Amino acid sequence: MTQRHFTSWTYYVPYGLWVGLFVIAPVGLIIYQSFLDLHHHFTLANYQAYFESGTYLMMTVNSIWWAFLITLFTLLISYPAAYYIHQLKHRQLWLLLTILPTWINLLLKAYAFIGIFSQAGVVNQFLSLFGIGPQQILFTNFSFVFVATYIQIPFMILPIYNALDDLSGSYINASHDLGATNWQTFSKVVWPLTLPGVKAGVQAVFIPSLSLFMLTRLIGGNKVITLGTAIEEHFLTTMNWGMGSTIGVVLIVAMVLIMIITGERRQDRGRVR
Amino acid sequence: MKKLLAVIISLLAICGLLAFSANRLIASDSGGSNGNKVLNLYNWGDYIDPNLIQKFQQQTGYHVNIETFDSNEAMFTKIKQGGTSYDLTVPSDYMIEKMRAAHLLLPLDKSRLSGLSNNDPRLMNLAFDPHNRYSIPYFWGTLGIIYNDQIVKPGSLKHWQQLWSPKYRNQIMLVDSARDILGFALASNGDSMNTTNLHQLTDAKNKLNQLSPNVKAIVADEIKMYMAENEAGIAVDWSGEASEMMANNSHLHYVVPSEGSNLWFDNLVIPKTAKHFDAIYAFLNFMMQPKNAAQNAKYVGYATPNQRAKALLPKRISGDRQFYPDAKTMSHLQIYQNLSPELVGQYNDLYLEFKMHHR
Repeated sequence: MTQRHFTSWTYYVPYGLWVGLFVIAPVGLIIYQSFLDLHHHFTLANYQAYFESGTYLMMTVNSIWWAFLITLFTLLISYPAAYYIHQLKHRQLWLLLTILPTWINLLLKAYAFIGIFSQAGVVNQFLSLFGIGPQQILFTNFSFVFVATYIQIPFMILPIYNALDDLSGSYINASHDLGATNWQTFSKVVWPLTLPGVKAGVQAVFIPSLSLFMLTRLIGGNKVITLGTAIEEHFLTTMNWGMGSTIGVVLIVAMVLIMIITGERRQDRGRVR
Repeated sequence: MKKLLAVIISLLAICGLLAFSANRLIASDSGGSNGNKVLNLYNWGDYIDPNLIQKFQQQTGYHVNIETFDSNEAMFTKIKQGGTSYDLTVPSDYMIEKMRAAHLLLPLDKSRLSGLSNNDPRLMNLAFDPHNRYSIPYFWGTLGIIYNDQIVKPGSLKHWQQLWSPKYRNQIMLVDSARDILGFALASNGDSMNTTNLHQLTDAKNKLNQLSPNVKAIVADEIKMYMAENEAGIAVDWSGEASEMMANNSHLHYVVPSEGSNLWFDNLVIPKTAKHFDAIYAFLNFMMQPKNAAQNAKYVGYATPNQRAKALLPKRISGDRQFYPDAKTMSHLQIYQNLSPELVGQYNDLYLEFKMHHR
């Protein structure tokens, strides 16, 4: 083995250790735990319980539904936003401003929204001016989706913005020169070419949304129940780590599926920063 | 092959390094920078008057280190895993039973304790710790209903059953705890709050489902803030939380339904990780002195088990039926027993179903 050969693979040691200790080992442990019952005996009962229980299946459907809604609204807001930011003069500054909220802790943002949406909050004070308040805003499905969408928007805007940045202006000019209308240019040129960015954004938003549990309690008042709620309960209250891990494994499988569905053609489509 | 070997060697080297430094840390911990003049107290957050700690340190010369936890389960896990050197901790009733069964507690040396007789005999020698072999009561309290007199007529809300009344539609906040929520539904049915009967539990869950239209939200600590800000008219929560809410909103009142509710204890125990026994007994005796216990009760706002301390408290606190219920109510209160993991699972699964139903 030559000296050069030796140094080239040593560069991978920190990376390999990192992946091994913090990605592969925890996932392995979760899968291992999911096959243990309360008395640490090997069992398949957790999976059986999961797939036989109407409660867990209903919760899974709920989680997917809420994550879908959050992703949809995030996309509906983020795509036009990224599009217009990209056309602005000081676009780096505007981009920075849209990312700024991610520097604030999630819990703090949730508490801020409690202050805004509560009975004595700003929104209700405003509504009272017109004699239509106070309304119940907190603990509704609306407030949950609103806050979750607000939190996820930066993670969607960034990849879409980058995809738009990679899109050469000459394509758009060519499209117009060849007689395409604005709508045709968008639907036949811009949208397909920025699709990888949209897919990356969907991954970044949908997957965390599946297991939001802090917001379901703080903003949703536990009227929205996702798999995250059940995992928290199994790890902290019932101490049934096996069942908690089983739900975790289901979530991991769901994430892998999403990655496969949204990521298949990324290689051909070029890079996404 | 060589690569694999190198990876294994470097992994082992890292593990060895970690083990070595962990060992050094533990050694320096127990050796202590202050020698043996320390006491490591593992307590709930903001659960002791800081002035008392000052006073104890000045009187005895022991230095008190405080670390805090926010759930019995978290505390249990940390002590069980070892690597800590806590001298005293404050588990609740059922957790004392569980820690005892797991051999995590050291028995008290009664000959070194003075002032045990200051405690209310009704709050001693209970099923979770017969003859108080392992624990000394620190604070106690109940589960009950907090209401806002702008929404509920004062004195009209006295029983669990009334929560189901249609006039409280979308008015009630529940504390996010399986045992307590199923517990009050069981109590409203006249069943034991420690029931192991699946029928009774299912009945309680079905009854809770009917409560759904009245439930505004199921939340945790935030409930204090919401009630103080008039977000909801009624809440089901613990007496200690209630006293904090009432300090911030004079319209709030607390009531323990006389047909039965939960009676809980937080007791001082010596975990098996303890090392500084002189400091431990000095502290226990210090905290049992009526004057100190009274000062602590005034600061924390929970009910003190120390009778002589209670006598020192102002009448408006010690005569308060909300926090020191009368004998008849006391006789109907139930202490949670430590349930088997399977039953804890049952309680929580049913509770999860209720949460799913509630929307």
